[in-house]
Amino acid sequence: MTDIERLPYDVVVVGAGGSGLRAAIEARLAGKKTAVISKSLFGKAHTVMAEGGCAAAMGNMNPNDNWMVHFRDTMRGGKFLNNWRMAELHAKEAPDRVWELEAWGALFDRTKDGKISQRNFGGHEYPRLAHVGDRTGLEMIRTLQQKVVALQQEDAKNLGDPEAMIKVFAETTITELMKDGDRIAGAFGYIRESGKFVLFEAPAVILATGGIGKTFKVTSNSWEYTGDGHALALLAGATLLNMEFVQFHPTHMVWPISVRGLLVTESVRGDGGVLRNSEGKRYMFNYVPDVFRAQYAETEEEADRWYDDPDHNRRPPELLPRDEVARANNAEVKAGRGSPHGGVFLDIASRRPAEEILRRLPSMYHQFKELADVDITKEPMEVGPAQHYVMGGVEVDPDTASSIVPGLFAAGEVSGGMHGSNRLGGNSLSDLLVFGRRAGMGAVDYVDSLGDARPKASDAELEAARAEALAPLERSGGENPYTVHSEVQQTMSDLVGIIRKEEEIKTALAELEKLRARAANVSAQGGPAYNPGWHLALDLRNIMLIADCVAQAALERQESRGGHTRDDFPAMSPEWRKVNLICTLDGDRVAIRRQQMTAMREDLLELFDRGELKKYYTEAELPPEETK
Amino acid sequence: MGEKVALRVWRGDAGQGGLTDYRVEANEGEVVLDVLHRLQATEAGDLAVRWNCKAGKCGSCSMEINGRPRLACMTRMSLFPPDEPITITPLRTFPVIRDLVTDVSFNYAKARQIPSFTPDPAVRPGEFRMQQVDVQRSQEFRKCIECYLCQNVCHVIRDHPENERPFAGPRFLMRIAELEMHPADTADRREIAQDDFGLGYCNITKCCTEVCPESIKITDNALIPMKERVAGRRYDPLVWLGSKITRRPRGGHDTPAVPSKT
Repeated sequence: MTDIERLPYDVVVVGAGGSGLRAAIEARLAGKKTAVISKSLFGKAHTVMAEGGCAAAMGNMNPNDNWMVHFRDTMRGGKFLNNWRMAELHAKEAPDRVWELEAWGALFDRTKDGKISQRNFGGHEYPRLAHVGDRTGLEMIRTLQQKVVALQQEDAKNLGDPEAMIKVFAETTITELMKDGDRIAGAFGYIRESGKFVLFEAPAVILATGGIGKTFKVTSNSWEYTGDGHALALLAGATLLNMEFVQFHPTHMVWPISVRGLLVTESVRGDGGVLRNSEGKRYMFNYVPDVFRAQYAETEEEADRWYDDPDHNRRPPELLPRDEVARANNAEVKAGRGSPHGGVFLDIASRRPAEEILRRLPSMYHQFKELADVDITKEPMEVGPAQHYVMGGVEVDPDTASSIVPGLFAAGEVSGGMHGSNRLGGNSLSDLLVFGRRAGMGAVDYVDSLGDARPKASDAELEAARAEALAPLERSGGENPYTVHSEVQQTMSDLVGIIRKEEEIKTALAELEKLRARAANVSAQGGPAYNPGWHLALDLRNIMLIADCVAQAALERQESRGGHTRDDFPAMSPEWRKVNLICTLDGDRVAIRRQQMTAMREDLLELFDRGELKKYYTEAELPPEETK
Repeated sequence: MGEKVALRVWRGDAGQGGLTDYRVEANEGEVVLDVLHRLQATEAGDLAVRWNCKAGKCGSCSMEINGRPRLACMTRMSLFPPDEPITITPLRTFPVIRDLVTDVSFNYAKARQIPSFTPDPAVRPGEFRMQQVDVQRSQEFRKCIECYLCQNVCHVIRDHPENERPFAGPRFLMRIAELEMHPADTADRREIAQDDFGLGYCNITKCCTEVCPESIKITDNALIPMKERVAGRRYDPLVWLGSKITRRPRGGHDTPAVPSKT
């Protein structure tokens, strides 16, 4: 196999978004030779799409904010299905991670006293999101990219080669993880530009590949989001957690058709925007669920007072967690009160002066003006839900981000547990930083523990990986991969979308079965150099596996919670709250099993009032009456 | 379903290539990238197009559409007369990899030569205090999505590859301006802006500003003020006199540019 280039590294990070870059920086700072594999060009990862901000309880706007309040909000947002240790670490460490970015050159918007400004967002009790207008993700990725460059400059000075210790492999895709016995031995993939194969020989691999959006038709995710890390983990013997929880963000553009799914930031609502139906009614007041009744305003007057006096008024219901708002928007459209193009109206024009809208939401103004001829300072936007995020992911140890496979780590969207059944806006960027760093540390410790005994990939395994990758190019007369992909997306959107029921999921599983056979038989025209058709053919394997996981888990969980709504089981069940659904690979088929949640540590449980816990927990799990 | 439109797409690789004619369906409200995707899905599965977010936020789908550098995801089909073919070619300044995809590594090499953000080591994370009015200038430049349309259009390098060594291009001269205007940065890059990154080559024709999809005023707000700072440092008689009679705390020398392999 002389045509496969072999590159030895200590740590290989698959993914160059927020969590991947943060992990790589940590590994390099610890002196490990680190490779960053980027499916696109360096600096283009999906993190640039994040608009609203990065949640961290710095308390710059309201001194009452602290990690405990953030922890509580996160657990409520996830309907108590979160891995509580992850939520705890996240809430405690997020402020340090934001401040660290500032020391690396990030320029966040400021408060009057020169601190980092923080904005309101759905489900967050206090203004908590560090932001830069509505382009926070870009600021984060650019800062991390420039930190990588700064480290490379140090290495150029001290070692004579900028890429001696950390190198970014742009436009490179990993198709297989290599193992030696039960341990990770490396990662195999291709370089997009040339189609050449490459083996990264490394004892530790960190998956930071993001989400699964391209499993669905209407999504705010880019082409890269084909569940690569999720699938690579499964194939390597790791477990996936709670894949039924898929976030449908409530506000995306619905018109023109070509931009359907383009995100409209939650900041529009955080900054005063409201949702209205075709009758002009602010309908969110009708959709406050019992578990949140105490924290949300009941009248428009109270809701409007909250923006200036949050200590004496309750929050507007437009700022409920995303799952609630998405379901409400869906219900209004279904009831025939939607907008002309099948969405609802998001109105900031009548609520805030034009200058303020332009200053706080410049990209949104630009996006609607350029793509839809809508001036958001003068007229309402038409918006609707689209797939945005997956809460489910690789099951990891909270402290080290390690999967059950030795040497395999995961951070960011590809990991599971942190967000429970629904992620709060703003908790993603902070998640990337907190667990990106932890995955880097976890990998470093693991590599150190190995000493000189490094696992080695076998030639047979390598040959199999190469043969699998070449198959769609060598096969002739097979089906067009684009056709199969679009049918998978249609099936998932129609049958395992925002509202689900048993018959439909079963139909989807039967459809997926047929599509699996077709996906295995696609052929790509053209040669190996920069060939998108071939790349899609390879991504299809991952998309099929993940679609199967989502559908099977959705069928199994007979309740409605967060990003999983079952029409046939509309209630949230305290019994189901104790259950995680675990996907594994059994041969080449996805298998699913139930696993009990670990009970929350007592000091964390005490942060909640018994009355609130009662809404989620079974009687047996509740703390005794008197301890409250 | 929509009308068919005529596209003339450059196909080929580093060695050779030419325009290929296609007829592709286009629907109301679509952008050029939608139509290229339809072309890929129907008859040219291996057409190389670089793209990511399809929302004007990542700067990947830069190409030349009827000769003008643009993001394909933000260029609406309604901009063009329906009965005339639309010509789509790769960025001209950078070497072609395949079809519409070019090798933009020049930009990454330049980025690595600019001395990075250098805060005062005594200020610990969390202790930075900056006013909005002071961060705003650099924030404008940090809106840059690195689409390299400005690099592509700049005549200093567009038809003069010999200038690629001494000239960093508008994107990276703006990066220098961004760091120079960063309230918490302590390094001095004025000398090297001129000597190593070729600020003097810029003769402010504003082509970069004109093609910027983020509407950053590259020339007016970054390049011209940088030129003024350089002039202030080099030619102001009081500064010159001061440099002769006192030792300035920064030693009077810039942070040197970082050596690069390329």
